[in-house]
Amino acid sequence: MAHGTTEPKLYGLMAEFETPDQLLEAARRTRDAGYKKFDCYTPFPIHGLTAAMGVKEAKVPWTVFTMGLLGAIGAFSLQVWTSMVDYPLNVAGRDLLSWPYFIPITFEGMVLAAAFGAFFGTHIYNRMLTYYHPVFNVPQFARASTDRFFVCIESKDPKFNRDEAYRFLQSLNPISISEVPE
Amino acid sequence: MQQTIKSPEIKEFPLFEGQQTYERITDQITSIPTDRHPMAWTIMFGLGLIGAFALLMALVYLVAVGTGIWGINQPVAWGFAIINFVWWIGIGHAGTLISAILLLLRQAWRMSINRFAEAMTIFAVMCAGIFPLFHTGRPWVAYWLFPIPNWLAMWPQFRSPLEWDVWAVSTYFTVSVLFWYMGLIPDLAKMRDRAKSQLSRTLNGIFALGWRNSAIHWMRWEQAYLLLAGLSTPLVLSVHSIVSLDFAISIVPGWHVTIFPPYFVAGAIFSGFAMVLTLVIPFRILYPKLKDYITMNHIDMMAKVMLATGWIVFYGYLCEMFFGWYSGNQFEQFLVVNRFFGPYWAAYWALIFCNGIVPQLLWSPKIRQNLLVLFIISIIVNIGMWFERFVIVVMSLHRDFFPSAWGMYTPTGSDWWLYLGTIGFFIMMMFLFARFIPMLAVAELKELWYKLYHGHNGHGGVHAHEPKPTAPAPQGGGQ
Repeated sequence: MAHGTTEPKLYGLMAEFETPDQLLEAARRTRDAGYKKFDCYTPFPIHGLTAAMGVKEAKVPWTVFTMGLLGAIGAFSLQVWTSMVDYPLNVAGRDLLSWPYFIPITFEGMVLAAAFGAFFGTHIYNRMLTYYHPVFNVPQFARASTDRFFVCIESKDPKFNRDEAYRFLQSLNPISISEVPE
Repeated sequence: MQQTIKSPEIKEFPLFEGQQTYERITDQITSIPTDRHPMAWTIMFGLGLIGAFALLMALVYLVAVGTGIWGINQPVAWGFAIINFVWWIGIGHAGTLISAILLLLRQAWRMSINRFAEAMTIFAVMCAGIFPLFHTGRPWVAYWLFPIPNWLAMWPQFRSPLEWDVWAVSTYFTVSVLFWYMGLIPDLAKMRDRAKSQLSRTLNGIFALGWRNSAIHWMRWEQAYLLLAGLSTPLVLSVHSIVSLDFAISIVPGWHVTIFPPYFVAGAIFSGFAMVLTLVIPFRILYPKLKDYITMNHIDMMAKVMLATGWIVFYGYLCEMFFGWYSGNQFEQFLVVNRFFGPYWAAYWALIFCNGIVPQLLWSPKIRQNLLVLFIISIIVNIGMWFERFVIVVMSLHRDFFPSAWGMYTPTGSDWWLYLGTIGFFIMMMFLFARFIPMLAVAELKELWYKLYHGHNGHGGVHAHEPKPTAPAPQGGGQ
């Protein structure tokens, strides 16, 4: 499996598994072995996988919250500014700051901005919006979207050593181990 | 090690038919766009295309001549444009209900119909948007509706429900597209990985935005997906509530009613589920592969939702009658009587028949399993909900306060032309969707399959390949 010693650079080593439960087990043991820069690949979200990998973050929810807040403030201030400052219309002396009438658009502005935050936040944090990634170089990886589960230990990891990582992955009993060229 | 399904508690309510594996689920659904399509696809797409061209021509004629080609007049200035707008928006609401609200309620049966229903939402909102846009009479200055600084130094009237509508509907459309696309990205990546032709690989690769099934990506995807569902839920309720405020904020008899927002939302869900059934039943026949995922149980659930929301809508009708009587207002009271026995009595009784009486057939489990009858009921409900909007718009306007200002409204050929054109456009879009995009959410179905049948109890084997024994897990591995 591991050919290409002439390859200029190694992105990482990838092990292939058959079931979600094997992947969960492998993720847990990779974390326990002290690897930091590794990722799992699965055709569908598996509950508890990121916990097993020791990954915990809430960047997306915070982005959505911030964007929603900005959207609401923006929409409300737009309405207040246009109707009080930029173009005040005196209709029979009625209050210019008729805030209850501004609530529907404030709400819609909040939802719109928050939804953009959710969509673009996810893809920016995921470093997506790209066509190429090293993991696609592994032929077996095409099945990552169908029914195979992968663990990839990346060469960026400070603990990474090709032979050690290979032996470690072998101890997880995968169906294959491949080198991922950069 | 098991290969067969063994979960007695699920048997009573199968969400999948047939012997499934992850590979089979993926194959069956993602192969539909690349398979040879049935003859009926060509015929239906052709019909839709003709309708879409008719729509285009209707719009060209409308812009060239003006809204005078419609049957609208004083006092009935709203006519078909608003009836059809409300009708289409209502149809769209079921898609969001299925994709967002049922997700939050953790209803497993939503997984196999959400993609399909969301597509329906997007196309229905497109059809809906056409009507108010052209009803303005000058669609080329539609940007006046948005707060864009312009040489008139004017701003939109933010205190008007019509302006709220602009924000609600455009936000609804944008968020629906984002939500739909978000769910679609992993499945487009599947299409890319399984593509046979270079063109398909390239196009799906571009639209998959480089999705690589990473666990960390899935985590963020799930967070974002759940949050989008959480945002869509109040959004969808706000959209039809705001549409109803277009009416309820005025003082026209029959419109100035506090029950309008909830009653409009229930009606939207009712008509939307009817449209989902109208589409799903023929699509299951056209693409038999779908039958394993959209089972008779799913159809049964949708029929039950229709029955329940139908009763909410009918309660709304009763409330309107009560409100008319209890208001003590002679105009409101006259309106109720005018609905029963006035010149448009036929439309009112058609509405009661279609939305109040026919759906009661759904109490019978046998009828809920009879696809032909269900299909006919769903069409009748669609028609009934159209009549509901006709009754609301036309009946209140044609007899308002002064008898000297009364009038009648008759739709013209151009009205029908435009309306049927949007139906054609809708059909065309649905069939294009079936042709190019996986109709069901593959990743979500596989996740559901994993949760239902291969939980964390160690029975992970899906293939005949025996996994090699591993060292004991640190805790609770459950081998």
